[in-house]
Amino acid sequence: MGELILQVGHLSKTFGKNEVLKDIDFTVAKGDVTSIIGASGSGKSTLLRCINLLETPTSGEILYHGKNIQAGGMSEAAYRAKVGMVFQSFNLFSNMSVLGNCTVGQCKVLKKSKMDAAKSALQYLDKVGMTPYQNAKPRQLSGGQKQRVAIARALAMDPEVLLFDEPTSALDPEMVGEVLEVMRALADEGMTMLVVTHEMAFARDVSSQVVFMKNGVICEQGGPDKILGAPEKEETKEFLSRFFNR
Amino acid sequence: MNNFGSDIAYLWSKYSVMYLDGIEKTIVLALLGTAVGCLIGFLCGLLQTIPVAPGDNPVKKFFLALLRVVIRIYVELFRGTPMILQAVFIYYGLPYITGGAAKFSSTWLAAFLIVSINTGAYMAESVRGGILSVDPGQTEGAKAIGMTHFQTMSYVVLPQALRNIMPQIGNNLIINIKDTSIMFIIGFSEFFAEHRAIVGTTNKYFPSATIEMGGYLIMTVVCSIILRQVEKKMDGDDSYALVQADPLTMTAGTYNYSGSTADRQQLAQEKAAREARGNRNQSTRGDR
Repeated sequence: MGELILQVGHLSKTFGKNEVLKDIDFTVAKGDVTSIIGASGSGKSTLLRCINLLETPTSGEILYHGKNIQAGGMSEAAYRAKVGMVFQSFNLFSNMSVLGNCTVGQCKVLKKSKMDAAKSALQYLDKVGMTPYQNAKPRQLSGGQKQRVAIARALAMDPEVLLFDEPTSALDPEMVGEVLEVMRALADEGMTMLVVTHEMAFARDVSSQVVFMKNGVICEQGGPDKILGAPEKEETKEFLSRFFNR
Repeated sequence: MNNFGSDIAYLWSKYSVMYLDGIEKTIVLALLGTAVGCLIGFLCGLLQTIPVAPGDNPVKKFFLALLRVVIRIYVELFRGTPMILQAVFIYYGLPYITGGAAKFSSTWLAAFLIVSINTGAYMAESVRGGILSVDPGQTEGAKAIGMTHFQTMSYVVLPQALRNIMPQIGNNLIINIKDTSIMFIIGFSEFFAEHRAIVGTTNKYFPSATIEMGGYLIMTVVCSIILRQVEKKMDGDDSYALVQADPLTMTAGTYNYSGSTADRQQLAQEKAAREARGNRNQSTRGDR
């Protein structure tokens, strides 16, 4: 196991009176591919959004390389630049071209020159097979293409961890494959990834760690063979059986 | 009624310089006032939508709250009173209250100030609406790549908000072209004030009013055509050029991810082979 990048400790989140996350503990080490599975409403996405501080945790701490990011060790923006995020609904900037989407962060946040930014953007667009579409606007692309651009945009920031929030849930079935394929390739290259997903095959084949969540708590976690093959908890068994007997 | 046509012709031949001068002043005042009003509106809209996190320090929270109240008062005050009275209060009221200390050197400046402030009050609400209308996902996408609130606003949200409120800006410009006609009250000689002056000497009220009608209609229609064109331009082209390294690649919109690792290796080999062939061709050409 490599160096620890993220440590989440006693993380809780409440919306009004609803407790969505309760006392979550887990760690992400360099090179880990962690899949977070669970039924809708179990708090998976909220957990991911808390890690990226898109939601402010109610209590608990998030350590990035041992530093508590909420205690002001580094700015939220600087932290987010290191922790990339890919959204279910893509969230590509609709006022920019594909290339613009992949360069704006590098230019404005990382202060790279336009040339350098474009060069590395093209490299990542090539990786996701979207170079031909560099001049297109997001609205002119299909869902799968948008998501691949979104992945390239996140990669262009050269992040240490990539968070994926149900990246294939908004896609037509025939487009799911192309996005998963890109993610698989990234995992093969040793990218540290945290993936909220309903794609059990992906979780089984690609991840090194699977976390099963239910009602805002981590119910069970471990290697994919254990969680998906021989789960111990009743809840996990029930969830998986519902999933596989659809 | 019999000499309606000839009256209009008479007025135009004798006073066209005055009419045209009025048109020029009206259009310049409306354009400048709308532009500066938009800037004020953007500033207010931007300041109003600064997010407050529960964990922020109390001083920042207090100032943001204060700012919101001030903007609120400004909007309600200038949106809720007639521009003609605002003109009276600013042009005649200011010197009266200050005992002549705050006095406008020209009616131009006063008129420009009044139109800008008035438009700003309307635009503040439009811009706030425009910002709210941009999908929150855009903000999240920007935040997720490490942009600050200011960067998110200037590069992602405001350009999209601007596009969304273009019809509102057009509305304001057209309203301003017409409503600057109240500036005769402070003696600013725009299009309508010229009409009043001309009628005062010729007594041909209705023919002159007809010229005014035509003049205003031409100004507003031309502006609305131009604004439509601007909107179209902002939307950009519907088509886009595919960029292909290999000019012979099919580009019929069916491009997909190039497949699994094994497929990619095979493709890479084929590409290498192709390049090797290409190089050979080049070198032979070079030899000759």
